[in-house]
Amino acid sequence: MKKHIKSALLLLVAVSAVTFYACKPQGPQAALTGDAAAKVYVAPGKYDEFYNFVSGGFNGQLSVYGIPSGRLFRIIPVFSQFAENGYGYSEESKPMLMTSHGFVPWDDLHHPALSTTNGEHDGRWAFVNANNTPRVARVNLKTFRTEEIIELPNSGGNHSSPFITENTEYVVAGTRFSVPMGDKSDVSISTYKENFKGTISFIKVDPTTGKMNINFQLKTPGVNFDLSRAGKGPSHGWFFFSCYNTEQAYTLLEVNATQKDKDFIMAVNWKKAEEYIAQGKGEKAKVNYAHNVLDESTHTATSEMLKEVLQLDPTVLKDIIYFIPCPKSPHGCDTDPTGEYIVASGKLAAIIPVFSFTKIQAAIAAKDFEGEFAGIPVIKYESALHGEVKKPGLGPLHTEFDEKGNAYTSFFVSSEIVKWNVKSLQVLDRVATYYSIGHLCVPGGPTRKPHGKYVIAYNKITKDRYLPTGPELTQSAQLYDISGDKMQLLLDFPTTGEPHYAEAIPANLIAPNSTKIYKIEDNRHPYVAKGEKETKVERKGKEVHVYMTAIRSHLTPDNIEGIKLGDVVYFHVTNLEQDWDVPHGFAVKGAANAEILIMPGETQTLKWIPDEVGVVPFYCTDFCSALHQEMQGYARVSPAGSPVPLKFSTGVVEETGSK
Amino acid sequence: MKGIYRIACVALLWSCSPDKPVNQEQLPEQESGKSAVEEVIANPTKGLGAVKSVTLKTPIELDRVNRGLAIYEMKCASCHKLTDQRVVGPGWKDITKRRQPEWIMNMITNVDVMLEKDPEAQKLLELCLMRMPNQNMSIGDARDVLEYMRQNDGEK
Repeated sequence: MKKHIKSALLLLVAVSAVTFYACKPQGPQAALTGDAAAKVYVAPGKYDEFYNFVSGGFNGQLSVYGIPSGRLFRIIPVFSQFAENGYGYSEESKPMLMTSHGFVPWDDLHHPALSTTNGEHDGRWAFVNANNTPRVARVNLKTFRTEEIIELPNSGGNHSSPFITENTEYVVAGTRFSVPMGDKSDVSISTYKENFKGTISFIKVDPTTGKMNINFQLKTPGVNFDLSRAGKGPSHGWFFFSCYNTEQAYTLLEVNATQKDKDFIMAVNWKKAEEYIAQGKGEKAKVNYAHNVLDESTHTATSEMLKEVLQLDPTVLKDIIYFIPCPKSPHGCDTDPTGEYIVASGKLAAIIPVFSFTKIQAAIAAKDFEGEFAGIPVIKYESALHGEVKKPGLGPLHTEFDEKGNAYTSFFVSSEIVKWNVKSLQVLDRVATYYSIGHLCVPGGPTRKPHGKYVIAYNKITKDRYLPTGPELTQSAQLYDISGDKMQLLLDFPTTGEPHYAEAIPANLIAPNSTKIYKIEDNRHPYVAKGEKETKVERKGKEVHVYMTAIRSHLTPDNIEGIKLGDVVYFHVTNLEQDWDVPHGFAVKGAANAEILIMPGETQTLKWIPDEVGVVPFYCTDFCSALHQEMQGYARVSPAGSPVPLKFSTGVVEETGSK
Repeated sequence: MKGIYRIACVALLWSCSPDKPVNQEQLPEQESGKSAVEEVIANPTKGLGAVKSVTLKTPIELDRVNRGLAIYEMKCASCHKLTDQRVVGPGWKDITKRRQPEWIMNMITNVDVMLEKDPEAQKLLELCLMRMPNQNMSIGDARDVLEYMRQNDGEK
């Protein structure tokens, strides 16, 4: 039987190889070996070994794939409205997208960071960043829902974010653009050097609930921060940020920010910063930022504006930050699983420098500095350096690690992944990607416990890898087997949005804890109807609140009269089902707010402003049972001032007819 | 998706397989080591599930009745009337006279297995064409609902 399947698969691979060869345009052909299909085949009803949380880039969402199959399971809306389930449309979820600029329906999500305990994945939360309107969100990995979003004041673009400490004490966020802040915000752009500052925000995470608050911000010299990693093990207590534009250019950065041979890695001693905070050395700055939280018992988010943030100035408070020269325009800045080595990838550099935490500490102790930059000590390059990887490839970007002491670095310009040994700095293997790889991911790769079975490439260019779909193509990821000496391409799989960073985590850290239903007994939504007996329609002035229930296969009430033009109607729909995977949907004709989807035991609200007199249909939008098409009702809308009384029912048949 | 699956289930009735791997079921299934068919033959009226024997008291236990009523209104009343009228599911009048208490409690707490293997449950599915949902009720919840059914059937 098994042999049978295997040979069928081989045949399939052979046939598709021939077909591909026959119809594909010219271009590099991936050398597939015969057992690739068997390695990614997850039989029907079987589970994948890893979850892969992949950023959606400009779609503002986080998508969830299975590895090794590459199957898409879920798109989790975070910073964008999501028509599929009503996120950002329902009254309960709209507050999640509030900012100091008001309601922002769409942002750019780049980097997930999965929570860790002792430097290892714990499967509790995913933190993700909004790049444009700077925010950090927390997704609960039990419910796969966005539970909290915090805006970052004094940030001019949140690329360098989010990065977590090894026990998830902090999530940090560095600003990409330095900006003038506070009282000095209306200044000439040409006064960059004088007036522009960067910030690194330290968001404290409650160890039990995951709730975030900005504990403090470091005010830094004006440069661009790109990426970062926390130290771990011996380097726990430190962060390492890549900085570019140390030229402090404010125009044509392509030329003006690439003049110097070296920019910096910024080493941050956050334990030291905590000491200063404890001594009351922080200064409060006036700001305005949103903090949005979802309450799981009311299924409702609230948004609050906060006005103050504590700041530390490392040019005054010494020993918090140090610069380390790094060639050239560094992008990825990754610490290896031991916490000793920091790999910095200069986008324009011909080598990859690897810094040693021990040497950095020794250099700081010996004040082995080459000078200062904007009041911050600069450690001598050679004093911090473990060594350089020579001639690794062109355009190194990001590095992930396995548990055997190897590093995997992505090369955008030469379109490849290069495997090299962290200690010996020897290049061990290289494999082509199709095309122009950006980020890459080894399961557990940024943690102290990598699972070096696969590396996944997230490519920037798709071109001819899939059937064409007009000018706009699917995005492309590729899965490689790295269990042996040679990396082996196994699978191409399409992704939604643009994948930037991604993390993969063993399925057994998440699957057993996954929420199946919301218990109806625990529902504390102010408009819940816990059973049909509690359904009703209430008028509060011009507002009409419908306490509605949904169960296979009827809505209660399903006949509503007494709504008038000029009313605002809120349908608060409670799904009474208590079985896994039985959502109901709700839509009413003409509603400007489309639809909502309601999970078992949950209450969600659709706001509807009727715009014409008549009898308006509503129905369940999620195919729920054999009688799903019967799951419908009518709302009667009468003219303003009409005497039609408010009434509602289900299953009541009146003989009287017209009224 | 699952809706389509459910239609397929209704159409195929007995022949369809469980819609989840057995190890994902929340509630314990038959523990005796007997096959489902053997179980039904051995206990033609008790149904399949963790509930093997129920002791009923007279007079009825009012605290259970009150809890059972609350559960009924939240989780059952949408589909089951207290009269003999069938809406989505059968009316409850005289159910405690028609069914063994064990069968009722197994139907509530182990509904997916019951609908696939118990001939009486399957007859009801054929009649109602709607799979009774798993309403995530514990054995204790089901016992309370049973007591409420006894009261509804006039027991004192």
